[in-house]
Amino acid sequence: MNSDSRFDIKKLLSNQLLIPFTALIILCLINLINDPSFFQITVGTNNAGNTVFSGSLITILDYGSELAILAIGMTLVTAASGGQDISVGATIAIAGSAMLRVLCGGNTRPDTLAAPIIVGFLVACIVGMLCGAFNGMLVAIFRIQPMIATLILFTAGRSIAAWINNNELPIVPDPKFAYFGGFIPGIPIPTTVFIALACIIVAALMLKFTNLGLYTQAVGINESSSRLNGINPTAIKFISFMILGLCVAVAALIKVSRLSTINYSVIAKDIEMDAILAVALGGNALSGGKFNMWASILGAYIIQFLTTTLYKFKVDSAALPAYKAVVVIILVVFSSPVVRQKLQQFSNKRAAATAKKEVA
Amino acid sequence: MEENRILEMRGIEKSFPGVRALRGVDFSLNKGEIHALMGENGAGKSTLIKVLTGVYSKDNGKISMPGAEDIQIHSPQDAQNAGISTVYQEITLCPNLTVAENMYIGRGKGVITNWKKMNEDANKILRSLDIPATATQQLASCSIAVQQMVAIARAVDMDCKVLILDEPTSSLDEQEVEKLFGLMRDLKSRGVGIIFVTHFLDQVYAVCDRITVLRDGTLVGEYAIADLPRVELVAKMLGKEMDDLADIKGESAGYQGDIVDDVVFEAEGLQSDAGIKPFNFYIKKGEVNGFTGLLGSGRSECVRAIFGADRILGGKVKMHGKEVKIAKPLDAMKNGIAYLPEDRKIDGIVGDLSVRDNIILALQVLTGFFKPFSKAKAQAFAEEYIKKLNIKTASADTPIKSLSGGNQQKVILARWLLMHPEYLILDEPTRGIDVGTKVDIQKLVLELAGEGMSVTFISSETDEMLRTCSRLVVMRDRKTVGELSGDDLSQNKIMETIAGGEG
Repeated sequence: MNSDSRFDIKKLLSNQLLIPFTALIILCLINLINDPSFFQITVGTNNAGNTVFSGSLITILDYGSELAILAIGMTLVTAASGGQDISVGATIAIAGSAMLRVLCGGNTRPDTLAAPIIVGFLVACIVGMLCGAFNGMLVAIFRIQPMIATLILFTAGRSIAAWINNNELPIVPDPKFAYFGGFIPGIPIPTTVFIALACIIVAALMLKFTNLGLYTQAVGINESSSRLNGINPTAIKFISFMILGLCVAVAALIKVSRLSTINYSVIAKDIEMDAILAVALGGNALSGGKFNMWASILGAYIIQFLTTTLYKFKVDSAALPAYKAVVVIILVVFSSPVVRQKLQQFSNKRAAATAKKEVA
Repeated sequence: MEENRILEMRGIEKSFPGVRALRGVDFSLNKGEIHALMGENGAGKSTLIKVLTGVYSKDNGKISMPGAEDIQIHSPQDAQNAGISTVYQEITLCPNLTVAENMYIGRGKGVITNWKKMNEDANKILRSLDIPATATQQLASCSIAVQQMVAIARAVDMDCKVLILDEPTSSLDEQEVEKLFGLMRDLKSRGVGIIFVTHFLDQVYAVCDRITVLRDGTLVGEYAIADLPRVELVAKMLGKEMDDLADIKGESAGYQGDIVDDVVFEAEGLQSDAGIKPFNFYIKKGEVNGFTGLLGSGRSECVRAIFGADRILGGKVKMHGKEVKIAKPLDAMKNGIAYLPEDRKIDGIVGDLSVRDNIILALQVLTGFFKPFSKAKAQAFAEEYIKKLNIKTASADTPIKSLSGGNQQKVILARWLLMHPEYLILDEPTRGIDVGTKVDIQKLVLELAGEGMSVTFISSETDEMLRTCSRLVVMRDRKTVGELSGDDLSQNKIMETIAGGEG
């Protein structure tokens, strides 16, 4: 029996989901001690008169879903290119602004939709993928470091977004448009949860029915070897950025829908950092290579869990990043090779010690 | 110390964990002499150089220079102070600075630089050495050869007595090499002792006065250039006496039986951007042939060109007599060509992936992006080949990087065998692996050929090639210089051909 438990400890330590689950448990405990009502879910009526669930957990599901969608694309970009896309927030602004322009037809206060919502969304998808293609081109073809390449859109994106609508803030007249970032009448669960679920299912199907996972990991681990096995590393990196572009478009739909308008300088601000953090918290190496998509998605919800928890502790939103930074430090240090090696040595030593005892 | 000696190394020893890199090596250098240091990879050339330049400290032995018995060199700085300078294969200067800045960087005494004087001094040296560059020119705007020369000028100006040139010619074209030789002869006439490390035999005979040959960390001998014909030099580097290998020939005779006259692959004037001259090549069904030549002779570049691994610049390629286009590895794979690369770590394994994923990779890519194998199928493939090739791994899920070198190589071999290629290229499949696995791989090659597969086999160990190949293409200085088959397949003949006619 002793040997069984030893085996489990070793397996647990090497499991990628160890970090996110530990983080989740710690967060739950903190909230339980601080204020058990954190876990309460109440049924109420929202502004639109719908019966909806509310409570901290619902908020986490709602906003965590945005992050989860972005984490899908960010995981692929990280794995293939060994770097991160920091232009996500800015490209959400661009895609969202393009969508508004199409839906409102250039008017600031239109009475009716200038185009069906689906057309607006498709335009957002195209714009998102174009932004992804731009980043992908710089990274895959010109071999610029991903963070430097995406710094361009990070810097210019919000100005481009404002320029698309002549710096006006058009408001979408159709109340149906608000469903995407809110609730569909009769369904008490936030719509974002369903959108995220759809994205996760698509991602799962993609990973199951194509070789995207294998190719991406191979390129991220050893580009030269992948090429000699017939894989086109340039194409794989390019595709990963395009997929992130699609994720950005979906996130833009949710973000714009929440307000039915846009705020160029604030929309999706710093969201790229949370998305990257989600990938890291999922135990994926930010230097690329092997990845676990589900761990990233779990990571996304945990990041939101953390944010909501910090709000519960009355942390000012301006001070929030400082607290998150502490989490990042702990995370990065614990997943560093040095600490991992030490942990491994420790568990080996323990194993050896117990083995000795058994012999005695 | 003899008169005229400028450097003497006696009984140099150096060990690394598990390896004795140098065992009592002697080396001496005269004033105004160009001295070649020769040996195959792993012979101990670079270790000796690094001991001399203070990168490694020696375990035992004595280094003397005129006026200083037993000098201690513990750092590159010590070496420089003693008047020993090194110019490496890759340029270690700063391309974004000017020529003059590169020559004086890190040598200023105070914080203030007299730019005018520095540029004047630099120009004086450049002119005296006849180097076609000006002081204020940015280094990156010079050709590689001139950059190399600037590095030498820097070394010379630091009042060097011993100049080490470590493969300075590997990225130069013929004219540039000629210019560099001019500079070397000039320095020689000024009394500088030059140690010249190179793989190119022609160059050794063009400029050097004496040769020291190392093999497996020991000194083979020191020879005046006139006393050592090329063939003997090659024999000494490879460690084979001219006549002791006749008996190996017999072993390979039995495997030539079932060669059918069907030319599987044919290349005409094939050329890639890796710097090989256009070459012709063919292989028949069930044939095992090979490229041979010293390291750097272009044998790997040839097979890489066949597989489309480097950028193809020209030439025609036919499969079964029909012209095909092979521009990238996937094209070659589609035509049934498989390639096990020379450098397992860089080009072969995908380290973090499991043994299973590493085995299925090539076939999976060939099958298509939208047709992934089911987990059960992939597992079955992996298990089949783990058993077939006797790969020692805990499970198919184990990351390949945790396997031993020999087993990693078997996994890569399994990857290509799973593809059931018509034509298999093995570039140094036996390098760095244990003897047992080496024999396994050689047996496998002959077995596969018996089943009708065409195999090109490259190995640094000529014995292995003689044992497996029925035809050898010989390469020297990046071009094919001969083809041997039948009775010509002998160690002596190979060495003669490698060395060239003038032997």
